Amino acid sequence: MEYSNLRHRAADMRKSLFDQGYLDEQFYQLEELQDEVSPNFVEEVVTLFFRDSARLISNIEQTLIGASRVKNACTLCREYCDEKNLEGCLKLFHKLKREHAVLRQKLGSYFQLLRQVGPMEIATRPSM
Amino acid sequence: MMSSARGGKGTSGEAERELHVLAVDDSSVDRAVIAKLLRSSKHRVTTVDSGKRALELLGLEPNVNMIITDYWMPEMTGYELLKKVKESSTLKEIPVVIMSSENVPNRINRCLEEGAEDFLLKPVRPSDVSRLCSRMMR
Repeated sequence: MEYSNLRHRAADMRKSLFDQGYLDEQFYQLEELQDEVSPNFVEEVVTLFFRDSARLISNIEQTLIGASRVKNACTLCREYCDEKNLEGCLKLFHKLKREHAVLRQKLGSYFQLLRQVGPMEIATRPSM
Repeated sequence: MMSSARGGKGTSGEAERELHVLAVDDSSVDRAVIAKLLRSSKHRVTTVDSGKRALELLGLEPNVNMIITDYWMPEMTGYELLKKVKESSTLKEIPVVIMSSENVPNRINRCLEEGAEDFLLKPVRPSDVSRLCSRMMR
């Protein structure tokens, strides 16, 4: 009885991850590769993913140039990765991509304007 | 980092040819997946995480029947690895397959012109791998 309940819960959890868009078609393909020879293949690959993505995000953090929103998103994202929190990680990752794109656009406009303005004294701290 | 493992063997009497494939990818996830795909088709796979290590291994063990490599890798791209293999008198006969998550026609053409056997888009599917391997075995 217990076991069958657990199985139902696991199946529901899995379905909900797909329904809510945390997982897609590619995850099915991973599941299909799991077999008697590699019975924990999916979990192994997911573990590799979190390990690698935490490291990559940490790399981004290190190359940051004062981009504080991107940095904050990175920090949170990496924490989720360390906790293997898939939902949190993916949400933050999307946020990270958005912040990255927005910053790119804003800095792009800023530098375009600077080019028109020419050299000027810019190394002043904004009053906060 | 290198790892090597055999896939299952055919029963005695069956002359099922087993390929030795060298898989090159800096992503550990992609290495795990491509190795699994190839081992499920009963081939022997060695995985390495860079072009440099691939060339080191090829220098030691030339009995590789196929190289499958990611395109985008730090330090040496799959294209650069392809060129080095094709420029080598000892290695140039080894078929090289390039994988990429990006569908860039110029890139694909450049690789094919340089002598790549095939170009696969990631995520690589079991059907891509079995198609490739059956071609290799002829």
